[in-house]
Amino acid sequence: MLYINCPHCGMRSQNEFSYGGDASVKRPELNKEVSDQEWDNFVYNRKSLRGKHLELWQHISGCRQWIKVERDTATHEIFRTFKADEEVA
Amino acid sequence: MTQAFRIENGGLINRDKKLSFKFNGKTYFGYEGDTLASALLANGVHLVGRSFKYHRPRGFFGAGVDEPYAVVQLFRNGETEPNIKATEQELFEGLEAKSVNCWPSVNFDIGAINNFLKIFLPAGFYYKTFMWPKSFWYRIYEPFIRKAAGLGVASTKHDKERYEHKYEYCDLLIAGSGPSGLAGAYAAAKNGAKVILAEDKPRFGGSLLTSDVNIGNKSGKDWAEGIIAELKTMPNVVVKNRSQIFGYYDHNMLVMSEKVSDHLPSTKKYQPNKRLWYIRAKEVLISSGSIERPIVFGNNDTPGVMLSSAAKEYLKVYGVLVGRKPLVFTNNDSGYETAIEFKKHGVDPVVLDSRKNPDSEIIDEAKNLGINIKNSHVVVAAQGYKKVKSAEIASISKDKKQLGKIENIQCDCICVSGFWTPTIHLASQSGNKTKFKEEIDAFVPGQSKQNEITLGAANGVFSLEETLKTSFTAGGELSKKITENDNEIAIPNVVEKKFSQHDKFWCVPLPKGKNYKRFLDFQNDVAVSDIEIALREGYRSIEHVKRYTTLGMATDQGKTSNLNGLQLVSEIENKVVPAVGHTTFRPPYTPVSIGAIVGREVGKHSKPTRKSPMHSWHEKNNAVFVDAGVWLRPRYYKRGNENLFEGSKREAKNVRTNVGVCDVTTLGKIDIKGPDAAELLNRVYTNAWLKLPVGKARYGVMLREDGIVMDDGTTTRISENHYHMTTTTAQAANVLSHLEYYLQLVWPELNVNVVSTTEQWAGAAIAGPKSRDLLQKLFPNYDLSNEGLPFMGYMEGDLFGVKARIFRISFSGELAYEVNVESDYGNFMWEKIMEVGEEFNIQPYGTEALSTLRIEMGHVAGSELDGRTIPYDNALEGLVSKNKDFIGKRSLLRSAFTAEDRQRIVGVVPLDKKTSIPEGSHLVKDDKAQLPNPKLGHISASCWSVEHDNPFSLAILKDGKNMIGEKLFAMSPLKNKVIPVEIVSSHYVDPKGERVRS
Repeated sequence: MLYINCPHCGMRSQNEFSYGGDASVKRPELNKEVSDQEWDNFVYNRKSLRGKHLELWQHISGCRQWIKVERDTATHEIFRTFKADEEVA
Repeated sequence: MTQAFRIENGGLINRDKKLSFKFNGKTYFGYEGDTLASALLANGVHLVGRSFKYHRPRGFFGAGVDEPYAVVQLFRNGETEPNIKATEQELFEGLEAKSVNCWPSVNFDIGAINNFLKIFLPAGFYYKTFMWPKSFWYRIYEPFIRKAAGLGVASTKHDKERYEHKYEYCDLLIAGSGPSGLAGAYAAAKNGAKVILAEDKPRFGGSLLTSDVNIGNKSGKDWAEGIIAELKTMPNVVVKNRSQIFGYYDHNMLVMSEKVSDHLPSTKKYQPNKRLWYIRAKEVLISSGSIERPIVFGNNDTPGVMLSSAAKEYLKVYGVLVGRKPLVFTNNDSGYETAIEFKKHGVDPVVLDSRKNPDSEIIDEAKNLGINIKNSHVVVAAQGYKKVKSAEIASISKDKKQLGKIENIQCDCICVSGFWTPTIHLASQSGNKTKFKEEIDAFVPGQSKQNEITLGAANGVFSLEETLKTSFTAGGELSKKITENDNEIAIPNVVEKKFSQHDKFWCVPLPKGKNYKRFLDFQNDVAVSDIEIALREGYRSIEHVKRYTTLGMATDQGKTSNLNGLQLVSEIENKVVPAVGHTTFRPPYTPVSIGAIVGREVGKHSKPTRKSPMHSWHEKNNAVFVDAGVWLRPRYYKRGNENLFEGSKREAKNVRTNVGVCDVTTLGKIDIKGPDAAELLNRVYTNAWLKLPVGKARYGVMLREDGIVMDDGTTTRISENHYHMTTTTAQAANVLSHLEYYLQLVWPELNVNVVSTTEQWAGAAIAGPKSRDLLQKLFPNYDLSNEGLPFMGYMEGDLFGVKARIFRISFSGELAYEVNVESDYGNFMWEKIMEVGEEFNIQPYGTEALSTLRIEMGHVAGSELDGRTIPYDNALEGLVSKNKDFIGKRSLLRSAFTAEDRQRIVGVVPLDKKTSIPEGSHLVKDDKAQLPNPKLGHISASCWSVEHDNPFSLAILKDGKNMIGEKLFAMSPLKNKVIPVEIVSSHYVDPKGERVRS
């Protein structure tokens, strides 16, 4: 079970969180013309990569904040975690 | 009855407490502190079971967790448990056990005929033989294999035992209480670290219990006892015996199974049977020791052949002689320890050493004791069927290829030692890439992956002095990092015997003209010849060889067989062992009871049960409950002998004619506040929300980004910046997360807060033509006329002193209201409604009537909003705004979603107006068409229309828009029904929606 450092609450076990997928996905702006391909990429297409992955988790049984977690999908190593509004450098 | 093989004195058993037990129906005696295995051996019982494939007689091979043979069916306190290792099961008064995998008895087993057919049962036999004809598989082959194979039998009764889960955090977790575990724990504890020390056996001390060593002028055993006693007094230390750490998971999470009650005749009151610990450790010290590995020779599975270390343990710990004429077969110095121990108890062993001129302190000691030692000698084959009677031995050439003249010597047990295999399971599970250590012919942990360190024999270090030194240091260093204390600990003086180099020899060649079975895996009957076949047939990867031959796949997971299997593959393939590699070590290290894994989450505890504040009223009034997600809701209120159909019909009819009240507390409720609340709703829902006035409710539909309907419900504007959203019962949690996602990640600029208030409000839906009259009596001082509180209106009221929210919304399609009060007043509200409603013939109604009412009105619910439908499919396209953007809008342009013949909700009525259509039935054009019959749609919900007094269903039907009036068939192969139906409008009652506005 992963041990995730919630930037708001500290170290918490994975069973307090729910997974939210790729954090690098950016929703197209509202009211903007979006091509089929662009929309398709936003809704469906994910890289499913092996290695370092920036992803979303929600601390549902804690502070209910969505956070970003930088995790290795192969080894489960977690490198850094960020608040929702934090820029990932 | 005498325990013929129990020595006079010695051992760690309690001779003052004699215990009786039964094995295969016969009564025996043992002592407190025995295992089932040691007690049986004390009584001279060596035959305990039959092997998996050939049903060959099986005895005891080990003395603990590594045991491949002695698996029994245990009976305890009126229950039975399969696959218990006799070497691990502690004896208690009244214990009962039986052999497994034999019929009719262990002494006479019909399956043993496989032994003579073994030429027909080589590796991959099942794969090759039972392939054809295909139809034979289910009828003949599978039942046959199932009956013939397999170990114990699981109980079919409900398990009355309790199992607990516990979460624990510590600085240092130590797996194993041998010398390295004790030293590491002691040093860390002295530095003030929070330590958990886990030992799988009942006794602490590991190898110190059986080895002849001295630590700090005490025997190893006494030193261990002293350390444990001191650790137990320290508040920062948890010391657990009978506790197996069986898995090393991500981020230093380890799981331990504590056998709380298995050693007792029955579980004590308020105690669990087992306790599963989830331990998050900052640092882990793996001191899991090593397991002796066998040398492979002919008929090496005969009862009486066992590990030399096991024979020593039976003698030193349990005071039991495994034989009176022992033969010790060794390739290293360990065998001599066992031989010396025998000699000390007046038994003369013969030692066969595969080495030519071994020379060491311990060998000198053996010689001085007058022990008969034959160098360059090996056991070629054991003789005897149910018990070793003699052994064929021979000298062996230096290259280990040629055997000398074979002679037969009498013996009643063969104690075999092929050197030691470090127990690296936990280290490997942690992600540590193991490496092969030439000097010991075994794998040891390599670079640490997580915060783990492996010490002592588990790390391939067999010198006690070095083990203690490194372990004291490691315990001190690791704890210092955490506690910043640095207590110097004087490392005690160690007296031990130096061992000489072992012989890199693991398998005795077959003598000319003999075809003895030489077993690698004793539990699964995998012999040397099976591996050879697998390789000849082209299996190369060790993982494939394992699966094809089942090597190492039994309940002992190859603890004694894996390395010898690897040696064989590497020899045949002419590769070095590290190039062959080992198979993956997966948790659990030892079998864990399913009960322990499940813990307390069984039966009604498998998920939480939520009840509304009015629950006790429902109970008192004969409600029949139904699970709605985690909620318990009244399905109907039973009157007399009514069944569900009659009761729900009565309740629904009463709503249509008088007035009914339904507990709607379970609906999800979300409080939304902030200046941008309207903007949020406008983006989340498909329809327009910016102009909703204060005091008005609106029905809304929300989509996922892929255009599929996520949920629906009403949201009410309580005040300028304050909204009250309702969701369906099932989606409440998901909708909240959905809103939080957009507010926190996508549109953080919106100034809005959302919070769940589902539990804060109790809700009652009051529906029916007389609902206004009833409501007016509940709130006499308010104008509740159609003008005062119009459809989709909202007001706050005073319900006999209790603040209430009144919504004029309707799910039933009747004139209806929903009243909310704070949860604590829920029951008060309910009772008032029932009391005041009496004169209007009020009746409570449950979820079944609620469904009936919504279905015949064509209102969609979860069965239509099933994660596959878009607004159009549910006839909700009128709520999809063309003038603004919202979540999922872009997806609605997908060509499949705009297709001319897109599926759409319709009503379905059986032509005979009598036959109810099973939910899930498929709608087809031609009921006689060839299979697969093209499906046009499916029945999503069915009811008995109380308005029309005939069955009515809703369906999602292809091109539903143009299908009204068509005749189709509803087919349910599951219920074996074919029903001719007519497609009608989904609005079966009050299609213009006049009643809700009346």
